[in-house]
Amino acid sequence: MIRLSIQARQALARLTLPVLIVASFGVMLLGKADTLLAERARIALADGLVPIYAVLSSPLAGIHATITETATLWSMREENTRLRDENEKLRRWQSIALALDAENQRLKASMQWIPDPNASFVTARVVADAGGAYAKAVLLSVGPNHGVRKGEIAVDERGLIGRITEVGARTARVLLITDLNSRIPVIMETTRAHAILVGTNGSRPRLQYWPEGIVPKEGERIVTSAEANAFPANLPIGTVHYTASGAPEVEPAALLQKLEVVRIFDYGLNGVVAPERPTPGRH
Amino acid sequence: MAHIDRRPGIRPRQSIGRRLDVAARTSFPASITILLMLLTQAPLDIPEQAALLPAVALCSVWFWSVFRPDAMPPPVVFLIGVLVDLLGYLPLGVMAFTLLAEHGLALTMRRGLSRCGFAWIWLVFAGVAAAAALVIWLLVMVLTLRLLSPYPAMFIGVVTVAIFPVLAVPFAGAHRSVANPDHA
Repeated sequence: MIRLSIQARQALARLTLPVLIVASFGVMLLGKADTLLAERARIALADGLVPIYAVLSSPLAGIHATITETATLWSMREENTRLRDENEKLRRWQSIALALDAENQRLKASMQWIPDPNASFVTARVVADAGGAYAKAVLLSVGPNHGVRKGEIAVDERGLIGRITEVGARTARVLLITDLNSRIPVIMETTRAHAILVGTNGSRPRLQYWPEGIVPKEGERIVTSAEANAFPANLPIGTVHYTASGAPEVEPAALLQKLEVVRIFDYGLNGVVAPERPTPGRH
Repeated sequence: MAHIDRRPGIRPRQSIGRRLDVAARTSFPASITILLMLLTQAPLDIPEQAALLPAVALCSVWFWSVFRPDAMPPPVVFLIGVLVDLLGYLPLGVMAFTLLAEHGLALTMRRGLSRCGFAWIWLVFAGVAAAAALVIWLLVMVLTLRLLSPYPAMFIGVVTVAIFPVLAVPFAGAHRSVANPDHA
């Protein structure tokens, strides 16, 4: 260690804080000037941490399952009757769906319909919430030799959850449809009118830019649009719900709060490139 | 070991084991802070878990800056801040600045605070957390050039105040035992 006089040492100690505060402003400028740097640092950090979280996730899920199981034991009887009713209803719907599917196939066959290309997919486990106060995203553990690329589409068992925005050596980050930077071309299912689904960081993204003369109906289903070649057509997203102030929002079909396993589809689309810069301030 | 030199009296010999012990005790506050921060990122399935990371950092930096500033020097605070920015997907530098400002404030107030009871420290900290939430909100807006809702930042402030006792009580225990270099 270099020997310094006591006065010099004290002066240095007093200077550290102001110098570092200036440095923090420097870091802000650096983050603005070179967004790729921050992105690389984040994904490198995630790559290092994901194995730890992956190991932690199974005992944590066990604890969680035990807690929910104990809670559900109380309401098992009501739950059972509710499920029986629902099952009956779904069975009726299933027969209708099968009949419609058969009819659809027949009609497509008679129209010489060009079939949609089959999409390949991989399934990955959600290991951590990769969001922050001003970002909604999740981190997936995808293993070392994955073929996941930016812009691929992430779906849970109920509907669309978002798109891949960052890919590391063994992690991938999915920007959720609720994130402030998420913009998704959608179609309202009954009117077939186009609109844009805009994330707000809240639990429900907002519906915007629908054509004049059409009003989104409460409870109407919203699906993706193939426009701009960024998404395949007709992936379920959610249902329209009006806020108290009369703005239409979409209640996501996917369980965005409880994502566990996610499928990542490669539709071979390369229309609009996925958002390059997923943290706030990225347009 | 400047803090040892200042004290008069008989001391054991500076063996390697003893030095390691002192180093471990001195680095305890920084290590426990970073460890807790990483833990908040684990898949705990808590709703709005994202607010926990800045909250833990704010509480921990405040506590150690007030009670043991030697073990929480500005470079460590800066490092913790950048780590929060990276892990919490905030624009770079936001938490680095907020935590350094908090550290500076703690240093100026620590003489008065060390004479107060826990309730007072908590109350003052509530004010600091509110100011920190305001700073985070403003800085994120400036750095992203967008109008953003203040609620996520306010929520961070509320969570920070709420978890402070949960962290401060074990920290106070550690401050007297594990983290105390005089016990080495």
